[in-house]
Amino acid sequence: MKLDAALDRTLAALADPTRRGILARLALGEATVSELAEPFAISQPAISRHIRVLSEAGLIAQRVSGTKRPCRLAPGALSELDEYLEMLRGALTHNYRRLDQLLAKQAKGKDKSP
Amino acid sequence: MSELLLTTEGETHVVVKRRFEASPEALYRAHLDPELIQQWCLGPEGWTMPVCVNEAKPGGKIRYEWSNGKGMGFFLTGEILELDPPHRIVHVERMHMPDATPDNRIVTTFVADGSGTLMTMRMSLPNAETRKAMLATGMERGMEASYVRLERLSGSKASS
Repeated sequence: MKLDAALDRTLAALADPTRRGILARLALGEATVSELAEPFAISQPAISRHIRVLSEAGLIAQRVSGTKRPCRLAPGALSELDEYLEMLRGALTHNYRRLDQLLAKQAKGKDKSP
Repeated sequence: MSELLLTTEGETHVVVKRRFEASPEALYRAHLDPELIQQWCLGPEGWTMPVCVNEAKPGGKIRYEWSNGKGMGFFLTGEILELDPPHRIVHVERMHMPDATPDNRIVTTFVADGSGTLMTMRMSLPNAETRKAMLATGMERGMEASYVRLERLSGSKASS
């Protein structure tokens, strides 16, 4: 289903913390690629790759201004469905990290018992 | 792969996959034993589960109550439908916020994968009305910064 493929692409784009950071910055207004790269300890080509993923997912748009290609948030980029799935992802990520720790603790306890 | 894989299936279901470094038996127990559930099934940081009932048998009742310690809370009720230890749990659940959301039938499977286990959870995608209610409960409070940012993002969209 077409709609579903688009949603999966949005989710994949949102799964990365750097890309979420880029979106958060763009929520404040338009920014150039070098401005977007600034807060992150990664190279400009790496940022450009993230921007391409966000752009292909329809989350951001770029325009040409001289030698610069400033980015902005695409209108209506995030639906309440995206938001719900991100909330679910956040809650589950926390849950399963705690579960990892609990399982590791159990395994350790077992090793100690005779 | 200990990273969470979350995909949609059609417009009606969500499928979650994740690998754990533990046996299917350990995972199965962690999903049914209230004492264990209370230690991990808490959602965002800052929430606890003061009440946890899971009667771990077909037809058994489920009741989880969450609190953020600041007067906010909600609860979930449900029933176990099928158990196939240690590989499969089928249950139905609904959130009360305080109105009950439509029943969500959830199938959770645990398959041995090398030294660990691959967990797959398939559940219904709540309808738009339920999603809005869930987003409004404040469940997202205390979530990691990225979600706070997303909230701000959607807020700025609404005001523009």
